[in-house]
Amino acid sequence: MSTMTLAVRDSATMTRRSLRHVLRYPVTLVVAVAVPVLLLLLFVGVFGALKAGLPAHASYINYVMPAIIVMTAGYGSSVTAQGVNRDSTEGIIARFRTMAISPTSMLNGYVLSALARTLVSAALVIAVAIGLGFRPTADAGRWLAAAGITVLLVLALTWLAVPFGLASKTAEGLTGFILIVQLLPFISSAFVPTGQMSAGVRWFAAHEPFTPVIDTLRGLLTGSVPGGTTLTAVIWCAGLAVAGYLWARVLVRRDLNR
Amino acid sequence: MTSVPSPAAIVATGLRKSFGDKVVLDGIDLEVGAGTTFSLLGPNGAGKTTTVQIMSTLVHADGGDVRVAGHDVARDPAAVRAAIGVTGQFSAVDNLLTGEENLLLMADLHHLGRVEGRRRAAALLDQFDLADAASKTALTYSGGMKRRLDLAMTLIGDPRIIFLDEPTTGLDPRSRRMMWQTIRELVAGGVTIFLTTQQLDEADELADRIAVLDHGRVVAEGSPEELKRSIPGSHVRLHFADATGLDAGARALGGAFRHDDALTLEVPSDGGAVAVRELLNRLGDTAAAVDEVSVHTPDLDDVFFALTGRPAAEPTPEMENAR
Repeated sequence: MSTMTLAVRDSATMTRRSLRHVLRYPVTLVVAVAVPVLLLLLFVGVFGALKAGLPAHASYINYVMPAIIVMTAGYGSSVTAQGVNRDSTEGIIARFRTMAISPTSMLNGYVLSALARTLVSAALVIAVAIGLGFRPTADAGRWLAAAGITVLLVLALTWLAVPFGLASKTAEGLTGFILIVQLLPFISSAFVPTGQMSAGVRWFAAHEPFTPVIDTLRGLLTGSVPGGTTLTAVIWCAGLAVAGYLWARVLVRRDLNR
Repeated sequence: MTSVPSPAAIVATGLRKSFGDKVVLDGIDLEVGAGTTFSLLGPNGAGKTTTVQIMSTLVHADGGDVRVAGHDVARDPAAVRAAIGVTGQFSAVDNLLTGEENLLLMADLHHLGRVEGRRRAAALLDQFDLADAASKTALTYSGGMKRRLDLAMTLIGDPRIIFLDEPTTGLDPRSRRMMWQTIRELVAGGVTIFLTTQQLDEADELADRIAVLDHGRVVAEGSPEELKRSIPGSHVRLHFADATGLDAGARALGGAFRHDDALTLEVPSDGGAVAVRELLNRLGDTAAAVDEVSVHTPDLDDVFFALTGRPAAEPTPEMENAR
């Protein structure tokens, strides 16, 4: 078998391993759906009454839902970082590294299983949201585009989660990463239009990566076709994914115990 | 057809490694013959784990050459990985998978194929007394069971060279004997074993050759017999109730090593029942002043004391300064 065939086979083996973890402990998936749904209920219940700055007749659940999808991806990536960190501190990554498998196959396993897990939880969150009154106007093509953007976002966040998980010597060391992926969406167009924010916060919200992703999803699911924001979102996601991938590659090749 | 002598399984020359300004390996030369058991003996912090990590491609050396199965670990790590199996000091199993799933994962990563993988996994579960726990997650395993699963995972790929880093540390006596038996069977099948240990009796029991590692240097190397010749033999230790008894005992047994502070006499002896009876007969009435008799066989401390003039646990002044 060629090196390429073996790498694909090893990636599949590693993906199966991580997916088996999810199936063995389905509570992981339940929490990954429950947390965004609770946030959705919270925001619709608390801020839904305000409707400040929203277009007339727009429902708040339609406005906030893209952000909930992004937060589902953020939560998924923190689960990934914790899983990678557990493997790293428990020594099984050292075992894999003494075996004749390419380090990239190991990384692919984490990323592909995280992608599957997060997309399933996002689909479940959307289903619950529709039950709660979310009314997307997208046709099949736009749904496909929205799914594509979500896949890109999950890839970006997961490729960042893997090296953070590898680099941290303890589970506590991941707090920073988890805070960033879970709090950064708040300082964006997620829950309130940026126009109502103070100048400094507005500047930050306009330039952070979650804003173009949320705006693109919102445009695709409930609004008009987004223009330039889609390109910005794609560039952000691709850039973060490549940066995370390169960092992870360095980490799995460097000496153990450093 | 010319017959070529089988090459050494592992050759290390001038191996050096430092972490920061702490020298861990200070120029090590080792040669391990194919199909033999080699033991690296030393206390905590001697550099045993670092040596194994360099030889198993996990850590880069600062200097020197290491060839494992004929391949340079720095230039061709993939070829080295294909020939070796490693079981470290701490069990590296997937705690969320069952014992059987752990073995099948390893089988898949060795590209064994479904049928062959299942066959070998079942055989190893039997061999390591894990068949009853095969469908339980490794999280529920005891320390000894995890260690056995870890070794079974190493063996499923049929490696020709196996590194065992303190494989019996923390194991109960039964698991320890089981580990020893497994190692003997592997060597009988032509496998090369590189074993690190803190226990002289373990190295003595298993190894064809022993190297004693102390603060990153090999201070002695040879067969177990050669090594034991360089250290004091076993002795009987007599503890006295008071100094008067010690004086009387020392007079009765000329030539015994006397420790006034500890109120003990040490008499070289094989520790057998006949020798002990003969010793007590020589003491005569003085035997009443002895409140404890113990037989002492040489251990790592004796080896270190004989080779370096200080106990194994005590750091050297240079090491203190290096920190």
